[in-house]
Amino acid sequence: MTRGATAPPARALAGDATEADRATVARRTSVYVYEVPVRLWHWINAAAIIVLCVTGYLIGSPPPTMIIAEATHQFVFGYIRFAHFAAAMIMTVGFFGRIYWAFVGNHHSKQMFMLPVWKRSWWAEVWHEVKWYAFLERTPKKYVGHNPLAQIAMFFFMTVGMTFMIVTGFALYAEGAGAGTVLHTIAAPFLAWIGNSQVLHSIHHLGMWFIVIFMMIHIYAAIREDIMSRQSMVSTMISGTRTFKDDRPD
Amino acid sequence: MDQIETFYDVMRRQGITRRSFMKYCSLTAAALGLGPSFVPKIAHAMETKPRTPVIWVHGLECTCCSESFIRSAHPLAKDVVLSMISLDYDDTLMAAAGHAAEAAMADTIERYKGEYILAVEGNPPLAEDGMFCITGGKPFVEKLRYAAKDAKAIISWGACASYGCVQAAKPNPTQATPVHKVITDKPIIKVPGCPPIAEVMTGVITYMLTFDRMPELDRQGRPKMFYSQRIHDKCYRRPHFDAGQFVESWDDDNARKGYCLYKMGCKGPTTYNACSTVRWNEGVSFPIQSGHGCIGCSEDGFWDHGSFYDRVTDLTQFGVEANADKVGFAAAGVVGGGIALHAAVSALKSAQVKSQSKPTVQNEEA
Repeated sequence: MTRGATAPPARALAGDATEADRATVARRTSVYVYEVPVRLWHWINAAAIIVLCVTGYLIGSPPPTMIIAEATHQFVFGYIRFAHFAAAMIMTVGFFGRIYWAFVGNHHSKQMFMLPVWKRSWWAEVWHEVKWYAFLERTPKKYVGHNPLAQIAMFFFMTVGMTFMIVTGFALYAEGAGAGTVLHTIAAPFLAWIGNSQVLHSIHHLGMWFIVIFMMIHIYAAIREDIMSRQSMVSTMISGTRTFKDDRPD
Repeated sequence: MDQIETFYDVMRRQGITRRSFMKYCSLTAAALGLGPSFVPKIAHAMETKPRTPVIWVHGLECTCCSESFIRSAHPLAKDVVLSMISLDYDDTLMAAAGHAAEAAMADTIERYKGEYILAVEGNPPLAEDGMFCITGGKPFVEKLRYAAKDAKAIISWGACASYGCVQAAKPNPTQATPVHKVITDKPIIKVPGCPPIAEVMTGVITYMLTFDRMPELDRQGRPKMFYSQRIHDKCYRRPHFDAGQFVESWDDDNARKGYCLYKMGCKGPTTYNACSTVRWNEGVSFPIQSGHGCIGCSEDGFWDHGSFYDRVTDLTQFGVEANADKVGFAAAGVVGGGIALHAAVSALKSAQVKSQSKPTVQNEEA
C-alpha cells in the first residue's frame, strides 16, 4: 500500500497479495448478470421446491400415525398439506414474477424461457458443451449467462417441469376447493379431460422425481463448473456477478 | 299416450294414501336438494303427467345396477318408481320373455317415438362385430343403436355403461365400449358406480319426470347433485385424515378405532359420488363406514389405476410393479451414481491436466 506511487490505485491489494496476484486481478473481468429479482426468485424457488418435495412425498406416503390428542385437536397431516399448498402458492407467484422479469429484466433473464434452436451456432456450442462433459474437450467455453446445455436443462426441467407441476398441482387443489369455486371452474375442463384424477396424483408424483433429479444434476453441475470451468458459478447466484478466471478471448 | 295413467293414479291404485303421496313428494324434493316450495310442483307433476315410457336394456353387465335399483330405500320408491315409469321393456324384470318381450320393445319404440327414455345397463362389446354379447338373437350393439335411435334421452346406468368397468379393463379383449362412445347423437346422463346408489338412480329418474328435463350435468355428464363432491369431502373419518391418524394395517387398533383408511389405499380423495352422504341400504352404511377404503368404483377406469390397496399407483408402463416412488427413486439413484462417477472422473482429469500443464501455467502467470 505504501508503494502507491509505483502501482496505480486500482491495482492496490491488501494482505498477502503478491505481484503475480496483482497482475491477475488487473486482467480479471466480471459481468453483472443475475439481477436482484432473479437471484431472489432462485433462492425462494429453491426453498419452496425443497418444502414441496418433502411434504409432497409425505402426502403420498404419510408418516406413521401420531396419537397426540383427539382428532379434533390434532392437525398433523393438515399442516403437512398446508405447508405443501403454501409453498406451492409461493412457487407459483414466484414463477409468474420470474416470467414478468423475463420481459423487463436484462437479456440473460430471458434465457430460461426460450431455446434458440434455430441458430446453428447455438447447436455447435451445445455439442461443444456435451463434449466438455464427456471429457472429450480440454477447455470449456466462457458464458456470461447459461451455457447451452444448462439452458436446455433449465428450459425442460424448470420452465416446462414447473409449468407441468403448477397445472397438475392446481387441478388437484381445485378438487379440494370443490365444484363451484373459481379455481375448480378454471380446472374443470382439464379435470374432465383427465377423467380419473388418480392419474393426476400419479403424474404429479412422477413430476416431483423429475424435479428432484434436476436438483441433483443442477447442484452437481454448479459446483463442478465453479471448480473446473473458467468462470464463477455458485457465488454468481449470490452476488449476481459473473467473474472469469482468464481473459483469453475464445 | 292418453291411455297411460298418471303417476298419482298408479299410486292410488296401489293403495297409497294421499298423505303418503305428499310425504313422498317432500322426501323427493329434499333428496334433490330442492326447497319446500317445490313439493306442490312435484305433486302437481305426478298428478297430471302421464308416465314416461322407459326401455331398459342390458349389455355386458352383472345386473348389480338393477339389484341396487330395486332396493331403493324409500318403501315408496321401491313400490312406486317401478310403476311411475312405465317400464315397458326390461328383459330381466319383465314378465314376458322371448318373442313377446322383443315385441314389447318394438311396440314401445313405435308408439312413443322420441318420447321414451332409454336406460342402458352394461355396455356393448364391439370386437368381432359385437358377437360377445348377443341378446334376442342379435349383437347387443345393434339393439342399443336400434333402441337409441328414437329415444328422448339415454341414462347410462353404472360404471359399465358410463366408463366400461371391468370388462373394459386392460386389455379389454371384447372391446367393451361405454355407451357415449357408441351413441353420439343423444343426450346421455351418466350415473356411474358399481352399482350406483339406489337413491341416486331413483332420484335421477324422479327429477327427469318431475321437471321434464335432464338434471344439470357436470363436464363428464354426471348429475351434479350427486356427483359434484368427493367421498373424501364428506367422509365422517376426514378428521382422522387431517390429524394424520391412519389405519396402518388391517385389523390393527387404529382400524378398530375407525381411523382414516388413506394408507390402506382408500380412493375417497379421487372419487366423486354420494356414498358418504346418502349411504347404502336405507342409509345403514357405506364402504368406509364398514372399515374398507373406497375403491373408486364410480370413476373412469377404476380397474386400471392400480391396486385398491395403495395410494401411490403402480405404473404398469414400466413393465414391473413399480409406482412413482420406485421409478423416481431408481432414476434418482442412477443419476446420483452417474454424478458420483462423473465427479470422480472430473477430479482425475483435472489433476492430470494440472500436472501436465504446470510449467506452462507458471510461465503464463509470470
